[in-house]
Amino acid sequence: MDLQRRDTLKAGGSLAVFGMLMAAGLIGPGTTLAAQGREAFEAKTIADALARLGAGRRPAASADVWLNVPDLADNGAVVTAQVISHIPGTEQIAILIEKNPYMLAAVFDFSEGTLPEIDTRLRIAESCDVYAVVKANGAFYYARKGVRVTLGGCA
Amino acid sequence: MAEPMRIRAAVKEGVTEFRMLVAHPMESGFRKDASGMAIPAHHITELTAKHQDKVVLSARMSGGISSNPYLSFKFKGGAKGDTVSVTWVDNKGETRTDQASIG
Repeated sequence: MDLQRRDTLKAGGSLAVFGMLMAAGLIGPGTTLAAQGREAFEAKTIADALARLGAGRRPAASADVWLNVPDLADNGAVVTAQVISHIPGTEQIAILIEKNPYMLAAVFDFSEGTLPEIDTRLRIAESCDVYAVVKANGAFYYARKGVRVTLGGCA
Repeated sequence: MAEPMRIRAAVKEGVTEFRMLVAHPMESGFRKDASGMAIPAHHITELTAKHQDKVVLSARMSGGISSNPYLSFKFKGGAKGDTVSVTWVDNKGETRTDQASIG
């Protein structure tokens, strides 16, 4: 029941807000890419990465960001990860790995009509926290989960 | 020359699931070879997925994504036979585009 309600909210909210932003010329195809470039990928601390992503203030922890990574990963070179955002208006999901040399693993920009969820595989250097950071309506939210890695991804 | 990607897309109840397996070493630049020499970074920096001519997902990535990256996501719409495509660019300026039909 609750899940359905969230989906309804998400669908309605995200389309309306995205449409408004499009109309206002604030976002359009490719602008997020062009505006941010790759500077966020040079960050070597979580705070710096968040700042470079545009999350000036500390994002809010949110139970509506689902981050599914294993508690224990035998091989850090291939760690399955799934992020699902239930926050209406989600436009971007970033995945950060706390102890990687460059902590930002990927940033995904979702077009209108694309569901705010992604499955991928991460390379994790050593046991640490993984963060999923969601941008929705200009605000930032995150979920965090620790992963214990037996064999590091840089080996 | 880079190997072709494997792209699968299937539509069910108005939502298309888009999956890809991209052949790329995704070297982070922090790994060492058997003789202890650092292996230079060689990874995809940008990846764009399209349905027909419309971008449905754009991604930027680092060596924090595993070699031979796997990505899966869903978008509303799509019909059997529609073309989906993926284009990537890596840090050495190489690029590749592959396409498939929605099944």
